[in-house]
Amino acid sequence: MTAALAFWLFAVVLLTAALMVITAKNPVHSVLWLITCFFNAAGLFILLGAEFLAMLLVIVYVGAVAVLFLFVVMMLDIDFRALRRGALNNLPLGLFVAGIILTETLLVATGWQAGQGVIVHEALAGPPAGMSNTQWIGSQLYTRYVFVFSMSGLLLLAAMVGAIVLTHRRRIGVKKQSIAAQTARTPAGTLGVGKAPLGQGVEL
Amino acid sequence: MTYTGWFIDQFGQGPGWFLATLTLILAIAFPVMVGVAMAVYADRKIWAAMQMRRGPNVVGPFGILQTFADAAKLFLKETIIPTGASQGVFLLAPMISFTLALVVWAVMPFDAGLVLADLNVGLLYVFAVSSMGVYGIIMSGWASNSKYAFLGGLRSAAQMVSYEVSMGFILVAVMMYAQSLNLSDIVMSQKGNVLGLLNGNIFNPLLFPLGIMFFITALAETNRPPFDLPEAEAELVAGYQVEYSSMSFALFFLGEYANILFMCALVPTLFLGGWLPPLDLPFLYVIPGFVWFLLKMAFMFFVFAWVKASVPRYRYDQLMRLGWKVFLPLSLFWVVVVSGWLMFTGHFESLPA
Repeated sequence: MTAALAFWLFAVVLLTAALMVITAKNPVHSVLWLITCFFNAAGLFILLGAEFLAMLLVIVYVGAVAVLFLFVVMMLDIDFRALRRGALNNLPLGLFVAGIILTETLLVATGWQAGQGVIVHEALAGPPAGMSNTQWIGSQLYTRYVFVFSMSGLLLLAAMVGAIVLTHRRRIGVKKQSIAAQTARTPAGTLGVGKAPLGQGVEL
Repeated sequence: MTYTGWFIDQFGQGPGWFLATLTLILAIAFPVMVGVAMAVYADRKIWAAMQMRRGPNVVGPFGILQTFADAAKLFLKETIIPTGASQGVFLLAPMISFTLALVVWAVMPFDAGLVLADLNVGLLYVFAVSSMGVYGIIMSGWASNSKYAFLGGLRSAAQMVSYEVSMGFILVAVMMYAQSLNLSDIVMSQKGNVLGLLNGNIFNPLLFPLGIMFFITALAETNRPPFDLPEAEAELVAGYQVEYSSMSFALFFLGEYANILFMCALVPTLFLGGWLPPLDLPFLYVIPGFVWFLLKMAFMFFVFAWVKASVPRYRYDQLMRLGWKVFLPLSLFWVVVVSGWLMFTGHFESLPA
């Protein structure tokens, strides 16, 4: 009973929030609704008994990705209403692309027989005795799926290198603190005691 | 019969469980709130003592009721919402801050078995909730429609995200050592950890640097001095809180101190042996674990106040440098060191394959 109630609560809030993401007038409100979405998806994961995935979803998406996203959106000065004016014209195209993606997803989910390489459909029987499901995920991910795991890691690395190459530029004329130079300073290099004769001053 | 069992007998399965959990939540939240009041008082007293002042000394004996007087004053004030503010978000932000600061206590083990939710991913839960804490600040900063508040919110978002990364790596190392994400298991793994005599990861040379780093990141995560840039009085006149008055300000304030108290409880849980006495000697176990836990918490809070009173604020670029160029490589390297050590000493062989 409680689980069913919780499911409906999370599901309804999730879908409402998802709708609000695309309809909200203010982009910051959109991002806040998106965060609500993530959070409710994590709730659904917990109901499925996948608490490790739920926590990772909250930590990675809510705690890091969405914060940076919000950060950027808050500082943008774009009139989103002007951007959205042509939305209705592009609606058929958008629906068409969405339809293609949906069909493809359905094809993969229903028609594709798991064969060589990654095993998708084989249901695993649950963690062996004396092992929590978190340990189980670890032991599977780093043994059986280690190739897929490393490949996705490499993909992310490539994306990161690409982003850095695209955005990094050497700025000139920036004042930077060099801790090493500061601590390497000695009184001999910076301090001098000189005689200042009366009425003549000193030459520096 | 267990506590929850008694309720289920009296009121039936569903309502009994609900009532039992509700009372247990109140039994944690209420002492936390009183603890916050006392912590604010202690903070001000310690700070005053370091500066050779008297601190609060008028309301009640030794001024001990000062916080309650301040709270009453805040509750009686008028709530002001700025005209330019985004009202919904503006009001939501302090509630989020306060709720998250209380919710995180659910997994804290106060004694053996004395924990509301004994999650097997307790440490991740703590990390998840504390990483969400930034939303209260960033939302309030944006919704206030004020430059000071906005700058405070942005600073805070960047700061908390930066320090969470190294905090995560420190937690990974602790978790690998304990081979568990459950906070009670992590505490028990520290029993007789060093030489069979000392309880606590901090006494282990392998984990000692992590303990120090975790303490510093905890300061940064709770926006305590020397990392209190989001609310820097001098340049941002209290940053994200600047437009808030009465209740909504009180919620921020309470949430902030509840978070600080939680960090003061988390450092002992992860590094000082939680509810265990510092030495693994039988006669020390006569004192209940709860008392040890509170003592360690009080000690940690004293250190927090001590740091606040004695260290000047960082400059923002120095803060970022410390987070990304010092703590991140160091914690990442130390994860490799700890896992390598555990690998070569055969620590992982007990794991089921």
